[in-house]
Amino acid sequence: MNWNAVRALVRKDLKVVFQNKGVSIPLIMAPIIILVALPVVVAVLAPTLGDMGATGSAGGMLQGLPGSQAALAGYDEAQGFVVYVLVYMLAPFYLILPVVSAMSIACDSFAGEKERKTLEALLYTPTTDGELLLGKLLSAWLPALGIAWGGFIIYSVMVNLAAWPVLGRVFFPTTMWVILAVWVAPAAAGLGVCATVLISSRARTFQEAYQLGAVVILPVLMLLIGQVTGVMVLSIWLVALLGLVFWAIDATLLWFGRRTFRRSKLATQM
Amino acid sequence: MNSDTAFVTDGLTRHFGSVVAVDHLTVEVQAGEVFGFLGHNGAGKTTTVRMLNGVLAPTSGTTRVLGLAPTEQGPALRRRTGVLTETPSLDERLTGRENLEIYAALYGVPRREIAARVKELMEVFQLDDRAEEKAGDYSKGMKQRLALARALIHRPELLFLDEPTSGLDPVATRQVHDMITHLSHDEERTVFLCTHNLDEAQKLCDRVAVLEHGKVVALGTAEELARKLGRGQRLELKVAPGDEETALRLLQEAPGVSASRENGAIVASGAGGETIPALVTSLASAGVRIYRVAPQQASLEDIYFALQGEQEVMS
Repeated sequence: MNWNAVRALVRKDLKVVFQNKGVSIPLIMAPIIILVALPVVVAVLAPTLGDMGATGSAGGMLQGLPGSQAALAGYDEAQGFVVYVLVYMLAPFYLILPVVSAMSIACDSFAGEKERKTLEALLYTPTTDGELLLGKLLSAWLPALGIAWGGFIIYSVMVNLAAWPVLGRVFFPTTMWVILAVWVAPAAAGLGVCATVLISSRARTFQEAYQLGAVVILPVLMLLIGQVTGVMVLSIWLVALLGLVFWAIDATLLWFGRRTFRRSKLATQM
Repeated sequence: MNSDTAFVTDGLTRHFGSVVAVDHLTVEVQAGEVFGFLGHNGAGKTTTVRMLNGVLAPTSGTTRVLGLAPTEQGPALRRRTGVLTETPSLDERLTGRENLEIYAALYGVPRREIAARVKELMEVFQLDDRAEEKAGDYSKGMKQRLALARALIHRPELLFLDEPTSGLDPVATRQVHDMITHLSHDEERTVFLCTHNLDEAQKLCDRVAVLEHGKVVALGTAEELARKLGRGQRLELKVAPGDEETALRLLQEAPGVSASRENGAIVASGAGGETIPALVTSLASAGVRIYRVAPQQASLEDIYFALQGEQEVMS
């Protein structure tokens, strides 16, 4: 493996991608909305949650979520509401970030190169097919990982600030969130990258690749529905298992990609 | 394949579904040669370049390039070849310098040498004063020069140039031609030039292959092709008004010569070399007042269109 070539590929892709406003603006805005704006909204609403609980709104809602009771044991209604929203309901949103970031960058990597007609020169370089694939995977995975881990730190600060008026103490990150950030988020980013690179190597345009790649978000959306409906509230073991499933899918996609990725196939599409 | 051979192909064929892009291509190109690959768009030139670099696998046939098998030894081969693609294929969001630096790393130029090599090429291709500007802001000629610099970044032994002057203005075309001549004559690199520009091929190439629907229909130097097609030298004569009929009659009577009027002059086909003095003497002896005698070699353009005519008749 020629790591200098892989590093050059990653450097090239990152420089190109972050100069594309169509990709870089969503990469900046999505974390701001999910990890900063949403906790701020909760912080603003937090003082009124006690009143809501008194009227039965918040408490009623939490009681309607079958899996929430065990997760929120020891909290009063207002605290429980804040904890449930910030710790459980926003967890799937957090996972969407590395998936979507990875997808945006990965779509630009092959389909975008085809669109810009820059792929041909790349195919004539002495890189092997494996180096080409690895370079493309890393150039999407590394920034997605950076966004996930950077976002986790920012979210930790924002959550504690938002919950302070109600909880009066630092309670975040929880063990579940540490597992989510360290174990699941890299796997989720890998899922977005592997699936999208495989798709975008076959798609002709960035848009086509992005639309086809959107299917990757479905498992995370199912997780979100589980939280909102309370059917499947996240726990340490569930999160650990989720990471394992994602890594297994990543490994399968990677194996499949390595076996099927051929520059000669790409050359026939130019 | 001997040590002087840059590449050799034997029955190289590539199908795309039912379409035959390259059909049993058999050529041998010598090291240091400028070899022209002539054909209209879609004749199979780019597909051939891709197969010769191991980017596309042939459907059948064999090839050795610089002693290597492109399909099995692609990375090792591509370290020694450089390709100027039909479109410059530059990363337009990167600066000219960044484009070269990244490709230098991809082609395995040692890290400590990259900066000096990039600077050198930027100067050679007269891009040094615009090195920090984005490639997207370059003119078409500058982009082509940058792409050529990129193809040379690792000092390849064999250079593939796919339509290097397509869409360029005459000044930029002249610059690219001068660079190809320099690379061939001064640096002794083998150049495989794909073009549909016949003047360009005539000016730059030692030998040419004419490609038609993926098949080589003629191969050799321009002179050899002209001879094969019976389109040898021609003689253009300008004679005094009133003497034209006599001149035409005398020329047509000469063995192996046919004469006709073209654009106010008399053109004698098949007349050239040693026959010219005899023809001129016979005309002068008959009292024909000759103003101008201009021997002409059949151009590649004449040959190309003659070949196309033959192909149409055959099909």
